[in-house]
Amino acid sequence: MLIVAGKGGVGKTTVCTTVARLASGLGLSVLVLSVEGSPSGAASAAVGPPENPIPAATAVFARLAPDEALVEYLESHGLGRLSRRLARSGVVEVAATAVPGIKDVLMLGKVRQLETAGVADLIVVDAPASGHAVRFLGGASGLAEIVTGGPLRAQSEQVAALLQDPRRCRVLLVTLAEETPVNEVAETAFALEDRAGVALDSVIVNCLLPAIPELDDDLTTLAGSDLVDGATGGALAAAARFRAQRQAVQDLQVARLGDALPLPQLHLPFLFGGVDSNGIDVLAGALAGALRSRVTAGDGP
Amino acid sequence: MSGLSTLVEARSTLVCCGPGGAGKTTVAASLALAAARRRRRVVVVTVDPARRLGDALGLDGLSDEPSRVGVDVPGELWAAMLDTRSTFDTLVARYAPGPEQAQAILTNPFYRNIAGSLSGTQEYMAMEKLFDLHDQERFDLVVVDTPPTRNALDFVDAPGRLTRFLDNPLLRLLMAPARTSLRAASVATQALLRAISRVIGSAVVADAIAFVRAFEGMENGFRDRADRVRRLLHDEQSAFVLVAPPQPGATRETATLARTLTDAGLHLGGLVINRVHPQFGALADGQPATGDGQFGPLRIDGPEPLRRLYANLADLTAVAARERHQLEPLRELVAPAPTVLVPMLESDVHDLEGLDAIAGYVAGN
Repeated sequence: MLIVAGKGGVGKTTVCTTVARLASGLGLSVLVLSVEGSPSGAASAAVGPPENPIPAATAVFARLAPDEALVEYLESHGLGRLSRRLARSGVVEVAATAVPGIKDVLMLGKVRQLETAGVADLIVVDAPASGHAVRFLGGASGLAEIVTGGPLRAQSEQVAALLQDPRRCRVLLVTLAEETPVNEVAETAFALEDRAGVALDSVIVNCLLPAIPELDDDLTTLAGSDLVDGATGGALAAAARFRAQRQAVQDLQVARLGDALPLPQLHLPFLFGGVDSNGIDVLAGALAGALRSRVTAGDGP
Repeated sequence: MSGLSTLVEARSTLVCCGPGGAGKTTVAASLALAAARRRRRVVVVTVDPARRLGDALGLDGLSDEPSRVGVDVPGELWAAMLDTRSTFDTLVARYAPGPEQAQAILTNPFYRNIAGSLSGTQEYMAMEKLFDLHDQERFDLVVVDTPPTRNALDFVDAPGRLTRFLDNPLLRLLMAPARTSLRAASVATQALLRAISRVIGSAVVADAIAFVRAFEGMENGFRDRADRVRRLLHDEQSAFVLVAPPQPGATRETATLARTLTDAGLHLGGLVINRVHPQFGALADGQPATGDGQFGPLRIDGPEPLRRLYANLADLTAVAARERHQLEPLRELVAPAPTVLVPMLESDVHDLEGLDAIAGYVAGN
């Protein structure tokens, strides 16, 4: 089971889809779960189910709804048919407020159920954005402090046991090579380790512009060339300078990330053509390549 | 007049909202700076500024009291950081009939959970802080940056959040034994309470009952306050500014937010699309740019020595065109409110100079 976490807007959902594509290409069955409240959840709630870019036979996309998880839980623990009426009248809101983390633990309990039942070879969880991810994954340990006994406590303990077993569950962090996302992913990483006790696998640096090391030489060639007219030359030079400056920022941030977070990095390229089915193939290929070179270098599983 | 200049010149409250990672804090701060440059007394309330931007605004502590930003402007620029907890505590203290009752609420574990985990509390407190600062009349304009919104309704509902929570039938039910004698509480209620206690723990239920009891008599104050906040948000003088990055998922999310705000009768002041790839002029001979992210076979023909430059220009042009194309429906949706595009700058924005640059794009100079 892999949990994909990172700041809003860094491409968690894209990474989930990429991992699913790669794993299903290797013949594994994959279940991708997005949590309500994650950006993909909000977006898909607005426009209908997310487009499934992978044949349904090999990867299944599903969304977890906290309220349903709570109702299901109440039903199976003594409130019987009353639960649904209570849910409609707002009991979910009160229970969730009275016991922070209850929704999270119940959703993770659902994930654990699926994991234990072996519904797929790999379960990928699209976690809520950074701060929320810490609360989401740390909820199980937090809840155990508040609830001293009963079925809820047992549930929390089972979830915590899953999260804290590195053979069953790992976190894949996602960031961009930019100042704020780098700071935030480092903070999130340490918070996740401390508060959820979950094993961190690697950090994916998404949307990296592929390097063009010869750009400077090319600009020199352009300056001494009469092959293009002035306007075209100006556009070519401006685009090259923009690219070079973004790349400098990117290199700096990748280095900062390396200093701030001692985890293996996996680099994914920026997609000039947008994130469509082809784009996911490109990313899956890049991810496979990055993983292969890591195995060759012998610094990872 | 350009972009959102009328907003920073004439409105008295601006609320920046949009998906996470869009740059709301930066846009909020640059709107505030633009207004201060136009002789207005402005305060910007941010939720969680990036370290260096926070430093630039003088927000080194965690204070939610405004502090003056050291910048030479004709008006005044102040900044504050939203502290959900302390804003909530202040509100409770204001409406409690006495210090003892305030203390009873503030130390109640159920209250502490509400202040931290009731969904939409951050939005509620952002709106509350907005109202509080607006009410003080020290400022001509209050700009509020908001938490990344997971549910658009959180804004619309924000002011009535707590009173509606207290109207919850379950809490009403919990109140019954407190209000009447235990004997009068129905057998069914008792059974239900026992069942709930069994599931979520009896201490939790006891805390909830104590909280609701302590809160009695304060609801009207809160309700009245909520009405005033709601009126302020709906006022002609208030506007919501949507901030979004040019990616399809975020654009869809922003469209939903825009519809929800409009349906609730709130004013959309404008849309800022942040960090759009710049355009570098047309390619020679109108050749189509078909960059595909692969630096393999060339898709456009330039002279051989310059092929990498051509490929780079083609790729960046394709991205810029795609981003502009996909945000068209959103632009139409928010019209007649203006849409401004802020290009991706060559480096991150972390000082007043950077904010001025953004302000130039958003509100003109």
